[in-house]
Amino acid sequence: MNKTTQRILNNSTLVLFAIVLLTFSILSHHFFSFQNFFNILVQASSLAIIATGMTFVLLTAGIDLSVGSIMFLAGVISGKLVVAGFPLWMACTLVLVIGVLFGLINGAFIFKAKVIPFIVTLATFYVGRGLGLFISETRAVNLPESFLKIGSTKFFGVPAPIIVMTIVIIAGHLVLTKTIFGKHLYAVGHDEVKSRKAGIPVDGLLLKVYIICGFCAALGGLVAIAQLGAISPTFGLQSEFMAIAASVLGGTSLFGGRGSIFPGTLIGVLLIQSIQNGLVMVNADPYLYTVITGGVIFLIVLIDSIRHLQQKKLKRLGIN
Amino acid sequence: MLLELKQIQKSFGEVNVLKGVGFKLDKGELLGLVGENGAGKSTLMNILGGIFPPSSGEMRVNGKNYHPKSPNDALNEGISFIHQELNLFLNLSVAENLFISNYPRKKTMGFSFLNQKQARKKALELLSQVGLSVSPKSPVERLTAAQRQMLEIAKALSASPRIIIFDEPTTSLTRHEAQKLFQLIKKLKQEGIAMIYISHNLDDIMHLADRIAVLRDGELISSGERQNYTIPSMVKDMVGRDMDQFFPHRNTVPLKEFSLEVKNLGAGFIQNMSFSIRKQEILGFYGLVGAGRSEMARLIYGLDPMETGSIIWNGKEITSPNPVQWIKEGVAFLTENRQEEGLMTLQNLEKNIQLAALPSFTRRFNIIDYKEVKKKSKTQADATKTKYHSITDQLVSTLSGGNQQKVVLAKWLLIHPKLFILDEPTKGIDIGAKHEIYVLANSLVECGSSIMLISSEIEELLGLCDRILVVSEGQITKEFEKEEFDRSKILEAALHKAGKEEQKL
Repeated sequence: MNKTTQRILNNSTLVLFAIVLLTFSILSHHFFSFQNFFNILVQASSLAIIATGMTFVLLTAGIDLSVGSIMFLAGVISGKLVVAGFPLWMACTLVLVIGVLFGLINGAFIFKAKVIPFIVTLATFYVGRGLGLFISETRAVNLPESFLKIGSTKFFGVPAPIIVMTIVIIAGHLVLTKTIFGKHLYAVGHDEVKSRKAGIPVDGLLLKVYIICGFCAALGGLVAIAQLGAISPTFGLQSEFMAIAASVLGGTSLFGGRGSIFPGTLIGVLLIQSIQNGLVMVNADPYLYTVITGGVIFLIVLIDSIRHLQQKKLKRLGIN
Repeated sequence: MLLELKQIQKSFGEVNVLKGVGFKLDKGELLGLVGENGAGKSTLMNILGGIFPPSSGEMRVNGKNYHPKSPNDALNEGISFIHQELNLFLNLSVAENLFISNYPRKKTMGFSFLNQKQARKKALELLSQVGLSVSPKSPVERLTAAQRQMLEIAKALSASPRIIIFDEPTTSLTRHEAQKLFQLIKKLKQEGIAMIYISHNLDDIMHLADRIAVLRDGELISSGERQNYTIPSMVKDMVGRDMDQFFPHRNTVPLKEFSLEVKNLGAGFIQNMSFSIRKQEILGFYGLVGAGRSEMARLIYGLDPMETGSIIWNGKEITSPNPVQWIKEGVAFLTENRQEEGLMTLQNLEKNIQLAALPSFTRRFNIIDYKEVKKKSKTQADATKTKYHSITDQLVSTLSGGNQQKVVLAKWLLIHPKLFILDEPTKGIDIGAKHEIYVLANSLVECGSSIMLISSEIEELLGLCDRILVVSEGQITKEFEKEEFDRSKILEAALHKAGKEEQKL
């Protein structure tokens, strides 16, 4: 295999991102504009925040399926409170508290009761969604204007969602690359037993990771709600899978220990969002969106596995 | 006295693993700790390293009571443990691995960040101390086995330890690399660091140790100055009897007929390998680690695809070799890394032993005759003299290395192999279990099978084989018939072409 193909394989997501941008720019002259890229960023902000939390969990070889339910439940409760006349700041704080609480429950079950993350978060996925539907009586919760205002506020011309997203991504990136917590995260994801031997506080770390993920889910939910103005019974549905998809597209391994938030997850998010945005621009059938997103994930994972097989083979035969 | 252990006892459930063991260690002293697998060496060291507490007994460091509750407590007392299975994170860099437990940090705006600059500086210092020239930034997965071993030592040194525990540090090293390790150990000794060195290689123990302690079945059988020991006396203490007939007597000679013929085999750096093995022959393969012996076996067995050459089995050409077919033909392959490739360590013994032979126990409608399988598995486990307390309830991971290897053997013996490829069958295994494996191999050949024996232990090959082939840099370079067996000539043949290779490190 020559070097160019190797390089393309190594940066498959970036290459695909470029292809997507190029294709849509050719298909629709509205797509390639500053205004539209800004739109993509605003639309991507919620997913980016959620996916940042998800990346933390995936790096430890865990998974959090409850993300969408947390978004929904936290949104419903705070929405109901605001409608009932509670102050906005209190509702927003409560959203975050619920997120943290869910993370705490997930984390506690995982490290105390040693239940595998998939099962624990599957349970909280159902509990969260169910509680939310119960409280909202399966009806949409309409939010007052004040909520929408947060979403459209601008600082120095930059919409609030983009600012929140930027802060979260920078913070996440710094934690992963510049702190001992971040290094421990990669170590635990690689091998939990070795980590314990190296004196890494594995249990506390897992707890923190799920709390971070819960917090990010709630915050991402808040950002989304502030743009929507209402919480429908399907709000947040499948968000966890979008977040996992974005992380994986960005190069995070589901086996843990490999991946990054910046550029990794961010590129994954932008890729997914650009595809959706582009499909709207070219007036594609909305039912095709998920099919195409699925196709892209399939493609990336395929490329990734080809690359791994190649490397493995080369290694076996003693060529590096 | 730097370290003192008194009457250490440890039991897991009802099993007494340590029955009151004690020893002393002084500054700059090296204690060689020997014993068979399962004698309690690892348990004793795990207690010392803070991995689990003793059931009873007393430990003192510098005269102070010492009760470690975690590996970190041990580190804080200046005790570093270098495990046999290196505790490295392959996905992290050299520097990140060095400081994973204690990273240099700096405060910025109230947050604690990694101090990369200082880490780099300290990493370079530590690396030069162990004579390892790699970049602190390079990922550990790119390092060779020897470099990883040195890195683990550098990591231990980062905590400025007073005591270092080495558990079988040379198993994945070539002789040359091991020599470099020994030089480093001697240097550390001069700097006043005390060491406990566990090894099955008694030559190394005699070479390095100031004092020696021998464990057997959880008891301290003897301890004292090195001068009071010889290798036979150590062996006697370890196994509790004289080992005069270490290698079984070979009564059979190879038949005329060939069982396996390999012609011009090649793929990757393996080039043009041709050899044939006769029925009832033990054919040895000697070479340095990385010379291509395991790769060759993997090609033959179809674990990696071959690019050129042909394989003829009992006169019939095998065009695309694969394990399923080989098992049907009665060819078994014991791989070099039993933990990853030979065993399902989190399953019980029975399931492991049944694995390869299961298809041959199917009756009508492909239903498995479990009664028969169970009976036969038990027979094999006993025939290989595996020590276990329950074949159905005990996980393989709880067995010692030697007994794990016997489970792999039992698994393959159940298919009644006509050819058995053994890749480093006695790696990291104690003397008693080694002897039993040799006896098994011999009786297998007496019953008509052939054996391909890949080994880095020249004694083993000399003691068992009918013929030895030397492999170097992916090629078969020399052949020795039994009459021409000569230790130094074989060694020389293996080193000859590889001279350049070794100097690079």
